[in-house]
Amino acid sequence: MINLAGRDIAHHLKSYLLTGLGLGLLIGVTLTMAGVYRGMVDDAKVLLRAVDADVWVVQQDTLGPFAEPSSVPDDLYRALLGLPGVAQAGNVAYLTMQVSHAGKSQRVMVAGFEPGKPGGPAFLVAGRPIARAHYEAVADAKTGLRVGDVVRIRRNDYTVVGLTRRMVSSNGDPMLFIPLKDAQEAQFLKDNDAIVEDRQRLTANPAINRPGQPGVLDAVQAIQTSSHKVNAVLLRLQPGADARAVAGAIARWQRFTAYTRDDMEEILVAKLIATAAKQIGLFLAILAVVSAAIVAFIIYTMTLGKIKEIAVLKLIGTRNRTIAAMIMQEALGLGVIGFFVGKFAATLWAPAFPKYVLLETGDAGRAFVLTLVVCALASVLAIRAALKIDPAEAIGG
Amino acid sequence: MTHRAVSFINRRNLFLAAGFLAFAAAFVWLLATRGPLAPAGIEQAAVTRADLNPGVYGIGTVEAQRAYSVGPIQAGRLLRVMVDQGDRVEAGQVLAEIDPVDLRQRADAAVSAAARARQAAEAALAQVAEAESRTRLAQANLARYQALYRQNFVAKEMVDSRLHEAAAAEAALAASRANAAAAQREIGRAEAERQGVDQLRNSLRLLSPITGVVTTREAEPGTTVVAGQAVLRLADPAHLWVRARVDQARAQAIRVGQAADITMRSAPEMALPGKVARIELQSDAVTEERIVDVAFDPVPDRLYLGELAEVTLHLPGTRNALAVPRAAIGLRNDRSGVWQAVDGRARFKPVQLGVQTADRAQVVSGLAEGERVIVYSARQLDEGMRVREQQLMTR
Repeated sequence: MINLAGRDIAHHLKSYLLTGLGLGLLIGVTLTMAGVYRGMVDDAKVLLRAVDADVWVVQQDTLGPFAEPSSVPDDLYRALLGLPGVAQAGNVAYLTMQVSHAGKSQRVMVAGFEPGKPGGPAFLVAGRPIARAHYEAVADAKTGLRVGDVVRIRRNDYTVVGLTRRMVSSNGDPMLFIPLKDAQEAQFLKDNDAIVEDRQRLTANPAINRPGQPGVLDAVQAIQTSSHKVNAVLLRLQPGADARAVAGAIARWQRFTAYTRDDMEEILVAKLIATAAKQIGLFLAILAVVSAAIVAFIIYTMTLGKIKEIAVLKLIGTRNRTIAAMIMQEALGLGVIGFFVGKFAATLWAPAFPKYVLLETGDAGRAFVLTLVVCALASVLAIRAALKIDPAEAIGG
Repeated sequence: MTHRAVSFINRRNLFLAAGFLAFAAAFVWLLATRGPLAPAGIEQAAVTRADLNPGVYGIGTVEAQRAYSVGPIQAGRLLRVMVDQGDRVEAGQVLAEIDPVDLRQRADAAVSAAARARQAAEAALAQVAEAESRTRLAQANLARYQALYRQNFVAKEMVDSRLHEAAAAEAALAASRANAAAAQREIGRAEAERQGVDQLRNSLRLLSPITGVVTTREAEPGTTVVAGQAVLRLADPAHLWVRARVDQARAQAIRVGQAADITMRSAPEMALPGKVARIELQSDAVTEERIVDVAFDPVPDRLYLGELAEVTLHLPGTRNALAVPRAAIGLRNDRSGVWQAVDGRARFKPVQLGVQTADRAQVVSGLAEGERVIVYSARQLDEGMRVREQQLMTR
């Protein structure tokens, strides 16, 4: 018993392999699209993972600090540290802004954190952690910055002392970690012109600049240029402490909103990137359906292209089962080749994407099964067509 | 049979097999290095001995050790301001004058009042002389009538009458003496008032309390200033320092006398030598910073008050200490330690840390010299994660 499929493939090897390659690229695109979707969701979670905080305390009734603006006093952490179960508390400030280096500006998320407390980069790929209390930065490698580069944020120059990787905001902007006090200043400090104009406005205001009360104006001006606010306070809990209970206690007694890590993930994934993720997800679904349809068509037309050969096979008395097995085997072989080429291509080009593309093994497995199922279904169609072929066509054509 | 064997091992099938093997190899390589199954790339370094010289960093502004605000002690209008910003002044020099308004007239009135008081005193003295004379006459009359009464020439009633006159005259004398004393006091009061007005006139001239430099001129002639408002501010240029704010968390080892580098914002490339002159007892409770005054040593020629300065304080270090790069320090379950690659897997090892500089951290216990630790990793490390040494960044 010879393997009909093997012989047939060997006969049309070049076209068979090229068809497999084309299918593979199509499957690669679909896999990449799935990777884009996964990467988007992962971008939203990566900061949460890196920060490793159990509870996020934000302004009351806000979805801060990413989905909504939030501002809390920077001495709140003292009160929070006193709660039972709280092990560590760290102030953080986040702001998305353009920073410039060597004449080029790019969008980054600046994160202010206190060294030694939650909120900093979890690991480095080069350089050293921030050691000084001011004007040092750790950048994500995707910013293109290198150790020793100087970037300007507002009016101060920051030296990049370390690089990290996979630290992005939920929008995929690379992060730049700087000391908290600098971030507070960068967040609330106005530009110099605005400060001078504000001073003049205040000086011209008779309610504030009263004759005979020379100190009032200075005091008001001092209040306007100082800030003791942060965007959120991150808590790490003692082992065994219940995050939900601590969050509940904070919401009830401190009058701030507190989210557990799960809540925060829910906000970031389900609220912040919901529309964009749905957009990609829908596109992925359509792409998968279209890919499946194309795979089916290719296998169907490939079979129809062999009408003559099948007719000859029938003529010489080949059993239907044998013919069906040949078509099924060819279709599945095409699927296998396509899948591996696709997986190869997707893995190869995924790192080149500007945003993170996460190729999950589970997705690959699902894609493999799906490809084989689609190939099998398509081959059933093709088999039905093949079995209807009249052996007379072998002579007629 | 021979035919089939020949047809199977032909060139095309060899190419096919080679191509398949190449694809399979490339696929496996790609998955193993780029895909999600790849081990995390790491870079390692050895634990070495090094001299550690830690520093503490703070920022502050150039301020005068003592700043003087010169202003009036009561509200008034500025008449003249004699000096301007940047002028050098001597101690006691007149810097500005407040308009005296009616003070000269009040001084004249005080002088007149004093003169009048003296004249009133003279009148009172004259009254005392008159009263003394009356008293003497009454005493003489009394003596005379008493002698006559003893010889029974006059009635007792006459003697009593003279007795009363003598007592009344004495009382009048005492009253006039008291009046004279009061008039003397009135002279003193009027004189004091006159001197007070003079003092007030002196206080309208604002004098320099020190030999120094005018840093700001805050009011111009014609301005009405209230008591205590500064007209001019002075500083002693020989006593300028940087009032630096240092994070309380790192301020523990700072002592007076430690050397420091001061970098002015206007000259970021040049570090000026300085030393810790004072650690303020009162820290900033809101910003959680300790305030350290760092004096220039020596004081540069030209300094600008209020300029931002970065200060690096040199703390006592350790020599020949076991040290690891600071990037290697990790935190796990609230314990600091290092990650090590053991048989291709990441393992966390708690260590006790000592002195830390910007680059390196002293290892007090937990590691031996020459042991290798993971410094950089391409991913967040976890216990048991597969790792492989590779270069992470092109340098």
